[in-house]
Amino acid sequence: MEFKHKDIIALRDLSKEEIELLISTAENMREVNSRDIKKVPTLRGKTIINLFYESSTRTRTSFEIAGKRLSADTVNIAPSNSSATKGETLADTALNLLAMKPDIIVMRHAVSGSHYFLSKKVGCSIINAGDGAHEHPSQGLLDMLTIKDKFGRLDGLKVAMVGDITHSRVARSDIQGLTKMGSSIFLAGPPTMMPPGVERLGNVTVCGTMKEAIQDADVVIMLRIQQERQGKTLMPNTREYSRYFGLNPENLKLAKPDAMVMHPGPINRGVEMSSYVVDGSQSHVLKQVENGVAVRMAMLYHVCGGELE
Amino acid sequence: MNLLIKGGRVIDPSQGIDDTLDVVVENGLVKEIGKGLAVPAAAETVDATGKYVVPGLIDMHVHLRDPGLEYKEDIISGTRAAVAGGFTSVCCMPNTKPAIDNKAIASYIINKAKTEGACNVFPVGTITQGMHGDRLAEMGELKESGCVAVSDDGKPVKNSELMRRALQYAAGIGIMVISHAEELELVGEGVMNEGFTSTELGLKGIPRVAEDIATAREIMLAEYVGAPIHIAHVSTKGAVRIIREAKARGVKVTCETAPHYFTLTDDAVRGYNTNAKMNPPLREADDVAAIKAGLKDGTIDCIATDHAPHHLDEKDVEFNEAMNGIVGLETSLPLSLKLVDEGLLTLAQLVEKMSCKPSELLGLGRGSLKAGSVADITVIDPAKQWTVTESALASKSKNSPWLGETMTGAAACTVVGGNVVFSGR
Ligand SMILES: [Zn+2]
Repeated sequence: MEFKHKDIIALRDLSKEEIELLISTAENMREVNSRDIKKVPTLRGKTIINLFYESSTRTRTSFEIAGKRLSADTVNIAPSNSSATKGETLADTALNLLAMKPDIIVMRHAVSGSHYFLSKKVGCSIINAGDGAHEHPSQGLLDMLTIKDKFGRLDGLKVAMVGDITHSRVARSDIQGLTKMGSSIFLAGPPTMMPPGVERLGNVTVCGTMKEAIQDADVVIMLRIQQERQGKTLMPNTREYSRYFGLNPENLKLAKPDAMVMHPGPINRGVEMSSYVVDGSQSHVLKQVENGVAVRMAMLYHVCGGELE
Repeated sequence: MNLLIKGGRVIDPSQGIDDTLDVVVENGLVKEIGKGLAVPAAAETVDATGKYVVPGLIDMHVHLRDPGLEYKEDIISGTRAAVAGGFTSVCCMPNTKPAIDNKAIASYIINKAKTEGACNVFPVGTITQGMHGDRLAEMGELKESGCVAVSDDGKPVKNSELMRRALQYAAGIGIMVISHAEELELVGEGVMNEGFTSTELGLKGIPRVAEDIATAREIMLAEYVGAPIHIAHVSTKGAVRIIREAKARGVKVTCETAPHYFTLTDDAVRGYNTNAKMNPPLREADDVAAIKAGLKDGTIDCIATDHAPHHLDEKDVEFNEAMNGIVGLETSLPLSLKLVDEGLLTLAQLVEKMSCKPSELLGLGRGSLKAGSVADITVIDPAKQWTVTESALASKSKNSPWLGETMTGAAACTVVGGNVVFSGR
């Protein structure tokens, strides 16, 4: 099967088969990552620009390593501390970067949909490393890969997702990906953080309590509370939040005995999850990080028109 | 130049006329309407066979951007767009630079429109000085200098006490207050309607209740002081219901909506289309249905466009950064004619909402083809097909969500004060 998209902006835009292809390619890429010399010549001569309007050491480093392991030349640009503050528009920045003839631009941007805007301006491939509260497809794919590692499949699972759904691009990508694969999603969080109509995104149920969502779940995905986003209106404080929406060894027992726990990071320990859970045997948080590199290698590879033999 | 408009279907709700008739214009006034009328001396003849002949359309809510923002639009280009859309009069909102909060700016607009404009322009003054929302504007002088209403359009008057005083003061002077009804705390950083589409697109939503609450406040204040209030660009089912109930109670409330609110839903935002970004935002299917029901049962008095030109650079940006608003003068007529095709309104009712009613509310002395009236006349070709393209639009700005779409219906001839100022696309 051939991957036909120039860009990867949202899992919503991809078919089930295309998502499966990306995940199976990532599985193969892991073999490279386990070698002594972790480098293949696949993207030799290609230039990748990491354009991060919001700082994210974790995601940016992961994309950078992914590019380097495929032998691409990677350049990091953080416009927040250069041209953007001088009033240069995204369109102008894009045209300037394009003059440097990159093959791929990996971008993170605070405005939802800005990647579609950029994609119309430039001919090179665009990979979304997070746009506003819209999507974060590489995170969605690495979450799916991590789940598949444990269960060997992505269908028929009960996935609980707890936290700030409204502002979470991870939630949107996970929902798009996992429901396409045949799993069902159960959401919980303060009602102030539950966006209207979210059930219509796929096989999604909004639960009244966290207990209802994690009861008999195979997977529990805890979302990050971005305290700077919550302002003063979305919740009383983190203490109350953690009492009703925090994951601890006690309420984790409601999930299936072998349930896996995930979090896109960085974790507010003691708020979203207690350290006993973060560092406990059911936690797959570090596995997620590890899978991130392989998934991003697969994404870079496929937008460059790669095909597995 | 005298004029004979021959053989059209004349629809004039002010006289209860709907018949195939001739219209004779002499010295800028309607002379008579009847069958087989003689050609007056030195007359130009307009063949209106198969067309509608109606009192000149009036758009009571446009932004001409002049003075101060002429790169978007000016009085010349804006009135050219108006007559191309079949409008013989427009009322321009005061959020210019500087704002229309004094006699000098109002006079500048009126004079420029008279000497260089293609149609009548009636300025709307501000409610508060500089639209800053803290002191009443000099409404007496604004009225005297030709303003036909006051509004801080684009900005709600946040202070309820000030709004109460504005309503009282304006009522005393006899000038209409037009409210941009929006509760800003609820709007927050929202950039589109809050609903399933905003959830899927990950864009910050503006809840409908932000408009409903502000509409309710305006109505309660107007009721309390016994003054009239006009609510601009109604977009929600809640606001329609609140206005309907208030009217039934006898409150002096009137309102307008715009063609995009009965034509599009927030689905138009998909693809992060900045030409579908406006304020109030495009709503959902049940709001569209409520707006249509409000038009049908008379809750909604007028159709205005909220014509809001913006330069390409202000729309060709990321969605959050894009300015609110679309151009509407040239697409209003075909979109509104659809209401007649759908059986929602009769032609006479449509003409009421697009001409008679705005004239009556603002005291413009137009909206009629009675003998002796100013000869502002629109001849409509209901079958004319045309495509909305950047080059087809007379407006300086091209921010329309209908670019590329084919419309049915257009002005075939626009007559202002007895002069043909536009004769077909
Ligand atoms: Zn307004």
